[in-house]
Amino acid sequence: MATLTFKGGVHPYDGKELSKDKAIVPYQPKKDLIYPLSQHIGAPAAPVVAKGDRVLVGQKIAEAGGFVSSPIYASVSGTVKAIEPHFVSTGAKVNSIVVENDGLYEEAPGLPIKPFEEMSREDIIGIIKEAGVVGMGGAGFPTHVKLSPKEPDKIDYVLVNCAECEPYLTSDYRIMLERPEKVVGGLKVVLELFGNAQGCICIEDNKPEAITIMQKACANETRIQVKVLKTKYPQGAERMLIHAVTGRDLNSTMLPADLGCVVDNCDTITSIYDAVILGKPLISRVVTISGEAIANPSNFESRMGTNVMELIEAAGGFKTEEKKVISGGPMMGFAMFDLEVPTTKTTSAITCLASDAVSESPTTACINCGRCVAACDEGLIPARLAQFSEKFNLEAFQKWHGMECVECGCCSYVCPAKRPLAQMIKNVRRMVMANRKK
Amino acid sequence: MSDLRKVSSSPHIRDKATSSNIMRDVSIALVPAAAFGVVHFGINALLIILLSVVSCVATEYIYEKLMHKPVTIMDFSAVVTGLLLAMNLPVSAVWWMPVLGGIFAILVVKQLFGGLGQNFMNPALGARCFLMISFAGRMTNYTYDAVTGATPLAVLREGGSVDALQMIIGNTAGMIGETSVIAIVIGAAYLLWKGVIDLKIPGTYLLTFLVFMILFGGHGLDSTYLVAQLAGGGLMLGAWFMATDYVTSPITPYGQIVYGVILGILTGIFRCFGASPEGVSYAIIFSNLLVPLIEKFTVPLAFGKVKAKGGQKA
Repeated sequence: MATLTFKGGVHPYDGKELSKDKAIVPYQPKKDLIYPLSQHIGAPAAPVVAKGDRVLVGQKIAEAGGFVSSPIYASVSGTVKAIEPHFVSTGAKVNSIVVENDGLYEEAPGLPIKPFEEMSREDIIGIIKEAGVVGMGGAGFPTHVKLSPKEPDKIDYVLVNCAECEPYLTSDYRIMLERPEKVVGGLKVVLELFGNAQGCICIEDNKPEAITIMQKACANETRIQVKVLKTKYPQGAERMLIHAVTGRDLNSTMLPADLGCVVDNCDTITSIYDAVILGKPLISRVVTISGEAIANPSNFESRMGTNVMELIEAAGGFKTEEKKVISGGPMMGFAMFDLEVPTTKTTSAITCLASDAVSESPTTACINCGRCVAACDEGLIPARLAQFSEKFNLEAFQKWHGMECVECGCCSYVCPAKRPLAQMIKNVRRMVMANRKK
Repeated sequence: MSDLRKVSSSPHIRDKATSSNIMRDVSIALVPAAAFGVVHFGINALLIILLSVVSCVATEYIYEKLMHKPVTIMDFSAVVTGLLLAMNLPVSAVWWMPVLGGIFAILVVKQLFGGLGQNFMNPALGARCFLMISFAGRMTNYTYDAVTGATPLAVLREGGSVDALQMIIGNTAGMIGETSVIAIVIGAAYLLWKGVIDLKIPGTYLLTFLVFMILFGGHGLDSTYLVAQLAGGGLMLGAWFMATDYVTSPITPYGQIVYGVILGILTGIFRCFGASPEGVSYAIIFSNLLVPLIEKFTVPLAFGKVKAKGGQKA
């Protein structure tokens, strides 16, 4: 089978050997659990519990604040201690429900389910919405919105994004190895919604074991096949994935559904399985704790709201000084100043680096070498966009298609002058978006 | 909370390549041509190369010290300029010519316009043209081994015959670093292998020039004439080492092709219809000036964008 790919991209050191052979271990939290009310794109969730209430595992503690929003469930049993603003891994302060863990793990009744073949479209999407499933690859876009395009019959591809191109991350890889039936089962649920679609499980070719296991798991499925992708960052970016598999090109004015595609992350698909087949709301996810500074890199099945520092200690703590701790991977993750923050639905990894390439590489003048142009998967000229950004020239920035940037960071990565190109471009994109909202 | 933990916007990792590494690679790639120049033209060539490099680096150092700017001589860009300038001087040049040229290249062409990355014209070529205009006699004196040599292109223009093989090896009169096609191509191959340059600019440049000479050279498909035109003068050195100068060439992929085509046509015009048998340096510095314009008209369409038709937005 020919490997599928896209133009541009980079090949950073992937660091996956640190944690790829570590099986998923459930982790039981000890400290208080913190549930930020905004861990998805859209309106924040609204609390339905008050201080002093007792909550059970899988009990809804906040409901969706609108159509584009998502409810939140308690992941432990215990008492609501407070509803107060709390720092999250992105550095923002978000109103959060704090639950004191009583260690009993008493469970609330599950979601009402029946065999999914007997359910209507609306029922299935309703359960997915009710279970609080959001895009777990990083963006946190509510999955039920994604699964409700205007014309469901025009969807001909459902892509499961198992590319995991971000360095150090192995959570999706371990899921494929250990829970292939959930990936296939979740995909079958989604395919039930889109009668004309074929399902594709998209995996980069640096994960041959996962490819073999997934091929075996869907051997008897006529509507599901495994697509092998070339290993290159950012293969897992939505636009790149769609291009590689279907040859269709998405731009910033379109949604994947406009091109007949629905793309869901690997862990999101297993959450759909848990919700629709098992009646379990989204209360835990797989988190990779890795990086050169970690003593024992691990993959944890971590309950939502678990303190990040606890997970790091569970992975043996730091063996060398941690110069940089990132929520997510090193290409698109958020550097954290405070480790006393909760994991959320979108925390796929905590990457702890023993050296910080950014502060160690002084920025020099742009020599116009064009490496950023070759690396840009969006066909942009990052060096020029960054120049426009320095002068706040929003007009030229948009004329040179700056708004098409997906902020993958390839330009900053390859720049031999170590210029923060992606960062400068991000600044101006935020400004333009803010102006548009006015 | 550790005070030492760093926070910055993603991405948090960087590639190993640095600007100095790239400039070092270019310097290494110039070694074969420089070495051939020294062997072919004698020890005076080595002296000129050293004077030129020292002059460039010293000018950069002194200027930056005086202006209280960070000293950037370790980025090797001044070394590259010095080497390229020496390649563009005749072996008969007197000692103050590389020195003056180096000062002009770094001070006037590069630093006064803002230093590395800001110059609109290739510094070495700027200096070559400055010396050429100011000291035309000395700059076109190709005497070596006490023999008054005429360059193959000059011979060709007078209707004489040339030995194409000797031109490819480099056993001819000319500037220190431009005579040997083999030495230049070895250096260019190194740069291609290292990914420092690609074929877009030199490829379109040489191809366009070749087509131009077939059409307008007056010798049709005469292979000796065409090989001599390709191998002669500063074309090889210019196409591989100076037209590919990052700072003074377009960054847009289509722009690089347009740039190569313009270079080919201009070089052809200068050689066929100009006053001098040589035209590469003027073609390149003239095209350098067109770069902002070329870029403006070759902004690529972003991924997933369709070309707007009939005023309708894609």
